[in-house]
Amino acid sequence: MRTLAITNRIVKELSRDKRTLALLFLAPIFIMWLLSIMFSANTKPHVTIGTYNVSSALVQRMDKVKNVKTKEYDSKAAAQRALKDYQVDSIVTKNGSDYHVRYANIDSTKTALSRQAFQLALQRTQATATQRTIHKLAATLPASVQAQFGQQSSAIPSVKSSYQYGDHNTNFFSKVIPVFMGFFVFFFVFLISGIGLLKERTSGTLDRLLATPVRRGEIVAGYMISYGAVAILQTVVIVATTIWLLKVEVVGSLFWVFVINFLLSLVALALGIFISTFASSEFQMVQFIPLVVLPQIFFSGLVPLSGMPSWTVAVSKILPLTYASNAMNDVILKGGGFNAIAGDLCALLIFGIIFVVLNIIGLKRYRKV
Amino acid sequence: MQNLLDIRQLEKRFGDQVVLRGVNLQVTADRITGLIGPSGSGKTTLIKTALGMEKSSGGSATVLGKTMPNRLALAKMGYMAQSDALYLDLTARENLQFFGQMKGLTGTKLKDDVEHVAGIVDLTTSLDKRVQAFSGGMKRRLSLAIALLASPQLLILDEPTVGIDPALSKQIWAELKRRRDAGCGVLVTTHVMSEAEQVDSVALLMQGTIIANDTPQNLKKQYQVDSIEGVFLKAEKEVED
Repeated sequence: MRTLAITNRIVKELSRDKRTLALLFLAPIFIMWLLSIMFSANTKPHVTIGTYNVSSALVQRMDKVKNVKTKEYDSKAAAQRALKDYQVDSIVTKNGSDYHVRYANIDSTKTALSRQAFQLALQRTQATATQRTIHKLAATLPASVQAQFGQQSSAIPSVKSSYQYGDHNTNFFSKVIPVFMGFFVFFFVFLISGIGLLKERTSGTLDRLLATPVRRGEIVAGYMISYGAVAILQTVVIVATTIWLLKVEVVGSLFWVFVINFLLSLVALALGIFISTFASSEFQMVQFIPLVVLPQIFFSGLVPLSGMPSWTVAVSKILPLTYASNAMNDVILKGGGFNAIAGDLCALLIFGIIFVVLNIIGLKRYRKV
Repeated sequence: MQNLLDIRQLEKRFGDQVVLRGVNLQVTADRITGLIGPSGSGKTTLIKTALGMEKSSGGSATVLGKTMPNRLALAKMGYMAQSDALYLDLTARENLQFFGQMKGLTGTKLKDDVEHVAGIVDLTTSLDKRVQAFSGGMKRRLSLAIALLASPQLLILDEPTVGIDPALSKQIWAELKRRRDAGCGVLVTTHVMSEAEQVDSVALLMQGTIIANDTPQNLKKQYQVDSIEGVFLKAEKEVED
């Protein structure tokens, strides 16, 4: 009864706070849209290679490589000047039978592309030369042997690609989106619920509330139910955005996506309320973001931890977002069901219970019974 | 007469700082007890410790016969803190309803009580306005109305008239006297000396102890002065000496 009255009150307060509503429901859409632009943008570099004294066959082949242009210079000095003035990204000069390639090396991806283009062109030029020699040799062979040759060389194998998940357009964004979906729910619920309870404390309404016969558990439960409902709504918005606006494929069942986010939001909520007891103002609450929220993103699977020191794996095990992103990855990318995510759900549940109990005990600071 | 609030040898320390050193204070029905003391003397701490919002360092407090901290005793008590402590995004009615529900009121009883206390503090016409738009005085009155919900047997008000105009202050005192006449025990803290003349019993809190607790008339006689202000100044001087 009292729990529902508290839930009702929080929902009413939130529904009248337009800015917070916008933060909860519009901000995630905006940020995810930005993310999709940033991560799916065509990041392939374009390079211009300056050449001096290089055979035209080689230059033409470099020119044919995708995203590569060439420019011939009359002297080595002119080519070097062009490199210095950033007009070209690398220069190739020939000295006798040896090549010298000099890279600007400001952008390592451009250096890599220049290197690749030059080597590819060089190999092809050499291959053509070899082929020509073979043809010349073949011409000297008897006609019967020549016929055999022709049959053999025409059999070029074709390569066909297919994808377990997504298609050839699948990019980095598809990989990070499950992590970010969980992160948004975690971040916003953490912040808003924490500040919600903090506001009650600083405005004195918590004292007044605790001067009534309400149980501490009823207050925590009221908060859990109201912000849990908000988190579900937010998840609906985020999932709808990812699927219909950003066209990300969800292989597994949406139901499990909701279950994961709901559990994660309860953890975020309980953690937010818990952390807020260590803050004495909204400003101090915000100071916990770089300490509590941001590190979770680094450890949550955005960057693979397999190549990192083993302590990072240990740290990731005590962060709730790790389990949520794991489960989200399993459902969204691999189409896993309950069996795949049961362990992660369990871990989230345990985190939630621990923080809820801590909160009920923590409220003792404000009233002893 | 039964003690509605009975504080015995209550002590409170914050680290090394001793705020309350063995406070004894009784509040009975049919009388308004004024807790008077200079600012920083520990009036708010005394109330908060008595109600269990602060952990006491020693001694005991009972409310309506129940040793504090006790959750259920709070149902029959009205508390008005120094700050207004209202939900600004809600209307006055929603604030009253919410705190009414917290005190255990339901259904028509809740509805009637909300109308009743709103009438007492003259807010009936503003019930459906958001508290955000309220003036300071209106917030104060709403805050008092919340304390009056569910007909408490004991009212504890922390500086109820601070920062409000004299007319409103008079209204609040009139309501407190009505409550007293209806058999309710009232404890009011204040540092406005002129208000102290209106209470039935003055408890002087100085340096962590109650140095005097008597009717204003008796105190004036005892200190040989003609106002509570005089009593206060003289008592403060004696304590310092």
